[in-house]
Amino acid sequence: MRFVSYFLNDRLIIAPEILVENPDLKPVPFGELPDIELRSLNYSFKYSEKLQQILYGKMLLLDELQFPLKTIQEHYENGFVMYNPGVKKAKYGWQCNRCGNVNDHLFASFSCFRCKSESCVYCRNCIMMGRVSVCMPLLSWTGPDMKDKSNHNLMWQGELSARQQIASDRFVEQVGKSGELLIWAVCGAGKTEVLFHGIEKALKMGFRVCIATPRTDVILELAPRLKEAFPNTIIASYYGGSEERETPAQLVLSTTHQLYRFKQAFNLMIVDEVDAFPYSYDKTLQHAVSTASNPDALRIYLSATPSRTMKKEVIQNKLPCVKIPIRFHGFPLPEPKMVWSGEWKKRLERGKLPPAFLRWIKSQAVSGRRAMIFVPSVSIIEKVTELIRGHVEVIVDFVHAEDSLRKEKVARFRQGDIMLLITTTILERGVTVPFLDVAILGADHEVFSENALVQMAGRAGRSKDDYNGQVLFFHYGKSLSMLSAIKHIRDMNKEAGF
Amino acid sequence: MNYCLYCHQFYSETWSWSALFGLKAEPLLCQSCTAKLELIRGDICRICGRPFSLFPEQYRQGDSCYDCIRWEEDEEWAGLLQQNRSLYVYNDFLKKVIAKMKYRGDAELIKAFYPLSRSKFKSITQNSLLVPIPLSKERQYERGFNQAEIFAKSLTGNVQPLLKRVTHEEKQSKKTRKDRMAKKNNPFIVIDEDGVKNKSILLIDDVYTTGSTLRYAAKVMKDAGADQVSSVTLAR
Ligand SMILES: [Zn+2]
Ligand SMILES: [Zn+2]
Ligand SMILES: [Zn+2]
Ligand SMILES: [Zn+2]
Repeated sequence: MRFVSYFLNDRLIIAPEILVENPDLKPVPFGELPDIELRSLNYSFKYSEKLQQILYGKMLLLDELQFPLKTIQEHYENGFVMYNPGVKKAKYGWQCNRCGNVNDHLFASFSCFRCKSESCVYCRNCIMMGRVSVCMPLLSWTGPDMKDKSNHNLMWQGELSARQQIASDRFVEQVGKSGELLIWAVCGAGKTEVLFHGIEKALKMGFRVCIATPRTDVILELAPRLKEAFPNTIIASYYGGSEERETPAQLVLSTTHQLYRFKQAFNLMIVDEVDAFPYSYDKTLQHAVSTASNPDALRIYLSATPSRTMKKEVIQNKLPCVKIPIRFHGFPLPEPKMVWSGEWKKRLERGKLPPAFLRWIKSQAVSGRRAMIFVPSVSIIEKVTELIRGHVEVIVDFVHAEDSLRKEKVARFRQGDIMLLITTTILERGVTVPFLDVAILGADHEVFSENALVQMAGRAGRSKDDYNGQVLFFHYGKSLSMLSAIKHIRDMNKEAGF
Repeated sequence: MNYCLYCHQFYSETWSWSALFGLKAEPLLCQSCTAKLELIRGDICRICGRPFSLFPEQYRQGDSCYDCIRWEEDEEWAGLLQQNRSLYVYNDFLKKVIAKMKYRGDAELIKAFYPLSRSKFKSITQNSLLVPIPLSKERQYERGFNQAEIFAKSLTGNVQPLLKRVTHEEKQSKKTRKDRMAKKNNPFIVIDEDGVKNKSILLIDDVYTTGSTLRYAAKVMKDAGADQVSSVTLAR
């Protein structure tokens, strides 16, 4: 869109062209305006509390705010709102101020109806949240902070295990200080409960707290538990398609992608599954985490399988870390067994299952227990499913990342309708089902990293009534990742005192 | 070395279109995204250009589909739209691509279709006046661009924005088929009647869904004296 600029009492002021009726002022695209300064706060201005609630701690586009342009402009003129550049020229090329993208190939331009420019540059990296372009400012709140009047008592009454308690205490101790803390908790350690006391302390100190996670399902599962634990606290969830975005929340659950909307909003930032896709390899998402938190915020990282870089930082004492090596039910992690199954790839090509795997699948089918069977690639998933169906009576199905029935199939697996579920690494996290065994067909394949194998093994033995699930690595020659994964699990068990 | 225009995956240029379509242009989508697009080929409805392979036998009569026959049986609409031709089947994947382009505003995506549409529609576009289906002013401001206009400009030929939309799109899409087929409340008007007279017009849009939008536009074109009106869309 286009703005005009003019001097008022010796200070430069800008305004959207449609709000100014002065033919002498030449409108230009927002990006071509001279640098603008923040206006000084006019304390006698009666600001909109609704706008404050929505905009506080965020960076939003005009299209995301259901307010008349005139209202926004008045807030800017009185120092309560600032127009910030959305995409601006960087040293080389462009930079997106919402997602931090600086990759050339993720910028494009178009002939823009709003600013009349033939090549209005926009960011393609965060396009799923609406287009940020050179001519569209990002708005931020520069007025007074919000007063938080609620009482944030923790109503959760459960008990922590000894190791959970240690981690929880470390966390509580850190609240109020800045810095980082990695909570390295095995799959099934009960990490959510470990967060409760620290969050309570932070909320009581008037902090704004965010739990960021790469997966929407985690938010859907976590939100009701947190609402029950903190019934007097306003909690909002942000994920693609969520509807709680306008709630002025003290505690925010957000997918890492939705973090782009926030700006210096949080004093406590908890990043769940810090090693998981897509946070671990997307630099712009790391940028989002730092932009969303205050510069002196405390950052808590949660992971069952920290990346090599993180582990290195722990060893070098650069990253404080507390481990929970034992599951909440107090039993050890099931150790994977390696089963040699010959040239599984060649056999599959010939339409046959490896004999060792076949023996296992037959006995599994009559055992009444469910199993997740991981395969290395989507391309063989249907074939394996079909082959298994030829040998067993129970219901067998498959699910992969782009399966439109994914949610439905996982639900049917939970209910025990589907008994054998063939899948790829997409379900290595998050699915928790009792009475479950895990098999990895082709565990030696290069797609299975140590961490992926540990996560898959971590699906078994999750409930206290079935703590000793089976984990089988069917392979054609042990890979380094397989051996490292087994060592990883053994070390954790050792550390837990088994 | 390239990044896929849609999924942003890095891919090598080891595959090319020349093998598939005899085209020398560089592919802009990765192989996996390209595979999800369905080119329209084989027998098609003479009028609307939909592929016969995709719907049951009983919905066609001779060389036309049942929908088109219904249009042609109505004397108000018969013969207005000479023919429509489309590049791809409007399948789930293309729906996602077009939605990202239109509703999220990723205008760049349309470039992925340039090379193939240029070559496929070369002969149709040569001797016609290309007229993109316009958006209402409100809608165009909201979106920042008109995808039909960008698409039209990418095809070789003479592009003229001779149409204007006077009714907002939402009111149009809420109507039932019967409403839509009634010719009153045509959302379009012709801006320059002289520019249309005795011309062979080619309307350009992103998607042919029910065919009513294109027929409304064809109607005002004919009323303004156009010789004949056809259309080209990206998806059908
Ligand atoms: Zn961006
Ligand atoms: Zn613009
Ligand atoms: Zn792609
Ligand atoms: Zn037809």
